Amino acid sequence: MTLAVTDFAVVMPEIFLLTMACLVLVIDVYLPETMRNLTYQLSQGTLIGTALFIVAMYPTKPVLAMNNMFVSDQMGALLKLFICGIVFMAFIYSRGYLRDRNLLKGEFFVLGLLATLGMLVMVSAHTFLTIYLGLELLSLSMYALVALNRDSAQSSEAAMKYFVLGALASGMLLYGISIIYGVTGQMDLAAVANAIKADHEHHTALVFGVVFIVVGLGFKFGAVPFHMWVPDVYQGAPTPVTLLISSAPKLAAFAMLMRLLVDGMQHLHADWQGMIIVLSVLSMAIGNLVAIAQSNIKRMLAYSTISHVGFLMLGILTATKTGYAAAMFYTIVYTLMSLGGFGVILLLSRAGFEADKLDDFKGLNARNSWFAFIMLILMLSMAGMPPLLGFWAKWAVLSELINSGFMWIAITAVMFSVIGAYYYLRIIKLMYFDKPEDTNPLTADNDMQVALSVNGLAILFLGLVPQGLLTVCLTSLG
Amino acid sequence: MIIEKLIFYVFAAILVFAAARVISVRNPVHAALFLVLAFFSSSAIWMLLHAEFLAITLVLVYVGAVMVLFLFVVMMLDINLAVLREGFAHYLPVGILVGLVILAEMLMVVGRWQLDKNVVKTAVETGSNTEAIGKVLYTVYVYPFEIAAVILLVAMIAAITLTMRPKRQNKYQKPEQQVNVKRAERVRLVKMPAEPRE
Repeated sequence: MTLAVTDFAVVMPEIFLLTMACLVLVIDVYLPETMRNLTYQLSQGTLIGTALFIVAMYPTKPVLAMNNMFVSDQMGALLKLFICGIVFMAFIYSRGYLRDRNLLKGEFFVLGLLATLGMLVMVSAHTFLTIYLGLELLSLSMYALVALNRDSAQSSEAAMKYFVLGALASGMLLYGISIIYGVTGQMDLAAVANAIKADHEHHTALVFGVVFIVVGLGFKFGAVPFHMWVPDVYQGAPTPVTLLISSAPKLAAFAMLMRLLVDGMQHLHADWQGMIIVLSVLSMAIGNLVAIAQSNIKRMLAYSTISHVGFLMLGILTATKTGYAAAMFYTIVYTLMSLGGFGVILLLSRAGFEADKLDDFKGLNARNSWFAFIMLILMLSMAGMPPLLGFWAKWAVLSELINSGFMWIAITAVMFSVIGAYYYLRIIKLMYFDKPEDTNPLTADNDMQVALSVNGLAILFLGLVPQGLLTVCLTSLG
Repeated sequence: MIIEKLIFYVFAAILVFAAARVISVRNPVHAALFLVLAFFSSSAIWMLLHAEFLAITLVLVYVGAVMVLFLFVVMMLDINLAVLREGFAHYLPVGILVGLVILAEMLMVVGRWQLDKNVVKTAVETGSNTEAIGKVLYTVYVYPFEIAAVILLVAMIAAITLTMRPKRQNKYQKPEQQVNVKRAERVRLVKMPAEPRE
């Protein structure tokens, strides 16, 4: 049981990220207040470096390392690249907001980088142990980030709620894992899959364990009926942290779901399929219906997230490779749209003004027509209007669903999407047809304006050629 | 064999009793002490499983360090339990009902399920438990071990971020400036018209 150099070569992106995060942590302590920008630049450099390592180590076939605890495959590498990219964009969007509120501290970036490390560990996990440890690393960093603005009672309450419910979810997940381990005697996901395949007498016990694992996953995704924390945390957390929570961790959660349910328990898919159907249909229903009643845009986007989670689970419940690819495509598209949506809120906010009410979007077109257009693209894409990227994501999932014979679920999904279109279109109506209540000019940094424009246009242009990203998702699943 | 079983049931009973007391006693110090008792009983049960390393670690780390620290916190903070317990009786019936429903459901599923005794091996065949763990902790399990270390680092960063207030908020005197102060900087003479008598 010795470790070879190749073991470390495969894990290089994670090692680099951890080393740099520690370095940023130490450097930031000794930096004078005037050079605080260096922390930001180093963090961004770290993410770029990690992405370069991932590209350099891009695997052609799955490679196991670290005594089979780490797997490097194409799905993982692709998700990791997107995670790095999305955290990179999120840091650009966050800087102005944090500076205006005196929150621009090294801890935000260090905790952000360590959360990214947790996501990478989850994506590459090949045993129950590393999945759980990666998840805890991600969650702990996020709890601290939510409470970052410690003088705000709302943030503290959100952090407390997130922490307690997150601990409960981890407990559920661990309980499920312990039952599966008790039956199979294995931690390694491939070995678990083999043991489940060979086992015929403990089926009830295995399904009993799967129930708790699905509950834990539902909590982490924020799927109904385990969604109660989502709106409160999204609303209570500082907007940059909401942006972080709502985007990249969904990619990691998707990877966790794939590793646990597909890599580890594909032979039980007849059992978890039903549970996922319940979760996804309920999520689409509650998410879309309750979002209509919201007047706070962060809360509205939280319910919209819940409905999107329901939609992406539809791809997984088909239990086919093309279905998984569609779900992966949907997750990536969703994170891009969520990134842009919260980006616009950050763009509109300024010192002492949060821009988190729907009314704050009134007459945006008269104030700044370019970013009103970007928001228009984002909202139409979330609603699923052709030819934007969001439409192709929904289309991919629905066509897989129909191919697998789940016609009634596909019809339900379309119905709820149509209902959901209402609250996205309402924002467009507010932006273009209402008089502005607030006539202050937008004062965001140039780099943020450029990044947000790229974000919005990417959704438009990728929507014109959607086949590329979908094919990449399909080939990455092998 | 019969003695071993007897010891197990005695410690298991103490464990369940202590755990129940932790959440039911009024005095937080007593609750902490009952938690210590619960840790002791579970470490005794681990001892029965020949997991002596885990048993000793549980006593050393949890009883020796964590609970002592916890007791300090409980004694220093002087938590008002009446506030914490508000609404306890209100939510109790619902909680008991939900708990019973879940218990009934779980029993219906796993009631007839028997654990395969051969699946999980308990005792180490040769050498001591500690030696066996030492051999794999930094080799086979080095990757999860390092991640656990990073989690502790995050906990540390988070604790400092959330509690440390910058020093410059403190107000303290600067004697060298106080000595040099001039009369003109402190006293302002204002000329005011006298109030007319009514």
